[in-house]
Amino acid sequence: MSAVGRVMRVGVSRRRTQTIVIGLATLMAVTASVLGGGLIVVSGAPFDDAFTAQNGAHLAAAFDPAVVAPDDLAASARAEGVTATAGPFPVVTVVSEENGRPNPPLTFAGRDDPDSAVDAVTLIEGEWPDAPGELALAAGDVFLPLGERLDFPALPGSPTLTVVGHARSSTDTAEGWVTEDQANTLKGTGAPDGQQMFYRFASAGTATAMETATASVAATLPADAMTGSRSWLDVRRLVERETAVYVPFLMAFGVLGLVMSVLIVGNVVAGAVGSGTRRIGVLKAIGFTPAQVVRAHVGQALIPAAAGTVLGVLTGHLLAVPILAETSDAYGAGALTVPLWIDAVVVAGVLGLVAATALAAAWRAGRLRTVDALAVGRTPSAERGRAAARIAGGLPLPRALTLGLARPFARPVRTLAMVAAIVFGATAVSFAVGLSSSLDVILSARDHDVADVTVRPEPPSTGPGGRPDGPPPDLPDDTSAITAAIDAQPGTKAFYVVREAPAVVAGTTEDTELIAFAGDASWGGYTMIDGDWIGGPGEAVVPTGFLRTTGAEIGDMITVTVEGGRTTLRIVGEIFDLKNDGMKVYTDGAGLTLPMKNASVAVAVEPGTDLAAYTAELGRALKPLGAGAEEFQEGGSEMITILNSLTAALTLLLVAVAGLGVLNGVLLDTRERVRDMGVQKALGMTPGQTISGVLTSVTLVGIVGGLLGVPAGMALHNAVVPAMGDSTGIRLPQAALEVFTPSAVAALGLGGLAIALAGAMLPALWAARTRTTTALRTE
Amino acid sequence: MTSPVIELRDVGRAYDEGPPALQAASVTVRAGEAVAILGPSGSGKSTLLNLIAGLDRPDSGTVTVNGVRVDRLGEAGAARYRRESIGMVFQFFNLLDDLTVADNVMLPAQLAGMPRAAARRRAGDLLETLGIARHARAYPGRLSGGQRQRVAVARALMNRPPLLLADEPTGALDQAAGEDVARLLRDLNDEGQTVVVVTHDLRLAESCTSRTIELVDGRVVADVAAAR
Repeated sequence: MSAVGRVMRVGVSRRRTQTIVIGLATLMAVTASVLGGGLIVVSGAPFDDAFTAQNGAHLAAAFDPAVVAPDDLAASARAEGVTATAGPFPVVTVVSEENGRPNPPLTFAGRDDPDSAVDAVTLIEGEWPDAPGELALAAGDVFLPLGERLDFPALPGSPTLTVVGHARSSTDTAEGWVTEDQANTLKGTGAPDGQQMFYRFASAGTATAMETATASVAATLPADAMTGSRSWLDVRRLVERETAVYVPFLMAFGVLGLVMSVLIVGNVVAGAVGSGTRRIGVLKAIGFTPAQVVRAHVGQALIPAAAGTVLGVLTGHLLAVPILAETSDAYGAGALTVPLWIDAVVVAGVLGLVAATALAAAWRAGRLRTVDALAVGRTPSAERGRAAARIAGGLPLPRALTLGLARPFARPVRTLAMVAAIVFGATAVSFAVGLSSSLDVILSARDHDVADVTVRPEPPSTGPGGRPDGPPPDLPDDTSAITAAIDAQPGTKAFYVVREAPAVVAGTTEDTELIAFAGDASWGGYTMIDGDWIGGPGEAVVPTGFLRTTGAEIGDMITVTVEGGRTTLRIVGEIFDLKNDGMKVYTDGAGLTLPMKNASVAVAVEPGTDLAAYTAELGRALKPLGAGAEEFQEGGSEMITILNSLTAALTLLLVAVAGLGVLNGVLLDTRERVRDMGVQKALGMTPGQTISGVLTSVTLVGIVGGLLGVPAGMALHNAVVPAMGDSTGIRLPQAALEVFTPSAVAALGLGGLAIALAGAMLPALWAARTRTTTALRTE
Repeated sequence: MTSPVIELRDVGRAYDEGPPALQAASVTVRAGEAVAILGPSGSGKSTLLNLIAGLDRPDSGTVTVNGVRVDRLGEAGAARYRRESIGMVFQFFNLLDDLTVADNVMLPAQLAGMPRAAARRRAGDLLETLGIARHARAYPGRLSGGQRQRVAVARALMNRPPLLLADEPTGALDQAAGEDVARLLRDLNDEGQTVVVVTHDLRLAESCTSRTIELVDGRVVADVAAAR
């Protein structure tokens, strides 16, 4: 081994704390960067591949056949910017039934051939329908195995469709495909519900370009001909949203980790140079060139950084597996992995940054004159911090504490580095606590979990093989006996009946659920984003997804159709609800004449009620009425579990790095001052006083770090959480952002102090244990 | 005859695998005595001083100072013992460079819990007595070696310790400053202060002590009373 290599190795093994700090900091930076970068690049890959292979539609547009004839739609192919078209294809929306219950509506397109210039549908298995009664189901929506049948008893002639194939359209243009004749005749009216056309444009890369292109298509057709449209950008966003949600917060952690790495590496190397001045002098005196001295110090940083980088790449890949699995499942692609070039870029970037920082910090060592290096002692210039020592000495505190209080001012740069480390640690903790609280709020809002007990129909008896013997039951149309029983149950505070039905809303082909409440449901945990809660009959609140899909706004009127019955509702509010992609309409059930089923009753109990006993008792009372009671089961979320786990892991890592940054700083300080401490001990300073003095030396640092870090973490939270919502097309309720209570902020503020004290504890113990005679001998 | 302040009985101390620094050393020092511990480098002088100061523990034997079994004290107990019973003067002064002269002198008292005002008064008196009061607000780096050692002596006397230990107190001083410090130690002893000086400087021993104990290879080879 060369002399430089030997010096490097000795430096790494002797300075274990610094080595661990650098390794952990780079591990964290690389993990977050690999994961974040990988997700950004990989999450859209399956969609992009399929879109390219299928000549996916930049624009899928639906037209009203009553306004524009199919033959006239061809004119739109000549619209400015259009490079290819396919269609028109007839489209029908139908409701199948199973065991006498309607299924959610399905939209089928009539296409005799899956191949076309735009949106060439890929047959995954089975055959393409070429005869009446045959259906190819879209993969990923309703899954029925080949040979299964869908019955439509409500349609004229009670037609049946048999699943003969499974197919996939990259732009998700239909939930199934039948022959064109079948689509035209399925409803017995001789005409489809609509026509669809697919377009590719010369310029379709941005939302603005798509708006322009869509407008140019619409301009070639009669007004109101286009009843709906979908941009490939929206489809891509939906596909990516499972992974996109992770990107903003991983970017935040990635940046925190990178800055922290630079800070720690710079501080550690500068500290090594500062405290090893005499050693540098000796190395030079025995023949080391300035370049060799610099190389030796840069190497001491690069060795642990390289180890941290390797571990970070591995950790990033391992953490990416569960996140990318969802995307790969959706497209039937093989297991997705973070591409190697991401690893290469991250590794090169992080190591380059570490090397540059170490080089800058070690440069001083190379330029130091040998005679000066040998002459300079390890104790810092006593000139600095004298004013602070004087002021602290006058404070009415024990002398051991006032000595510690003045310490940060003797080494201002090192102190700043420690403050910065704590700022990052406190920022990470505040951000993580805020994110976790926001996710809790979102989870609660999603589950509407205010109801303590839910009353549902008794499950059906099971026949041979454990299959349900008959259709799943509903609550009776008249729930008065059930509500009377609930009302009579001691401990009942409030309740409302939930009625449901699959519905169609004018202007969209998306499946929509209509939910009507009998009773006051305002306490039911439906979190408002905008507008007001339902004030009475004829008013409705809808989730963000509904507003986005239909283009409706608060104050608009919507027409809702359930099994032929129609009602018109006015949207009065936007609520937070992610289920069914937000395609839900909530309204007051009073006076509503639509055919709806009573699905459940939500019950709140009086405070202090034994919930288990209440539920059991209510269940016994309801059993004769064909209903049962169950305690609310909080729904989980794999995404939120992953998010919380990732946040906890990255935060722990960052806090550990921050604590180790403090430890490193205090250790350097303690070692430099070991002689002074020996003197103090010789003068009668007890081990307890030594510990309290060292801990006090980081108190100010911890408080300032906390005071700066907590607002930074809150600001980061307030920027990242809405960005995470945006990346998934979700508008978050204000309650999800306002999660920092004054007591939480105060507790988080103390977090900076806790990090500082934890980081300083080991050096403090070391200082207390160091033998006075050893300390006094130390130069 | 006064009672013993220091009583070492058959004290042994060895470091790692080297030869013993002290072997069965027995020393008694009575109140008001001024004793010089003499010996060549490596003879065990500093080890003996460290054991008396409670900075180190013997491997064998007992160390009793002012009635306290120093060899049995824990770290905290030893620290309190040093505060109350010992004043130490070092060869290289060991003043804290970031504290003023007054703050250096006040430090032992403040560590012992003396109120700041009382400590300031006591430090002022000491600095006045030792002739360095005008340097009270100065930092040690600006003082001469002799002045620094006077500050160190003032600090050592701050808690009125029954025993003053000095480890090569003139080793880092020029001749004039060394003689000045020797005179100071003699004056203190004349006022009743028990003084133990570790030195290899025979002239210092003769000028400020009334008894010399000579160590060679960790053993007491001579214990001689001498007229000063």
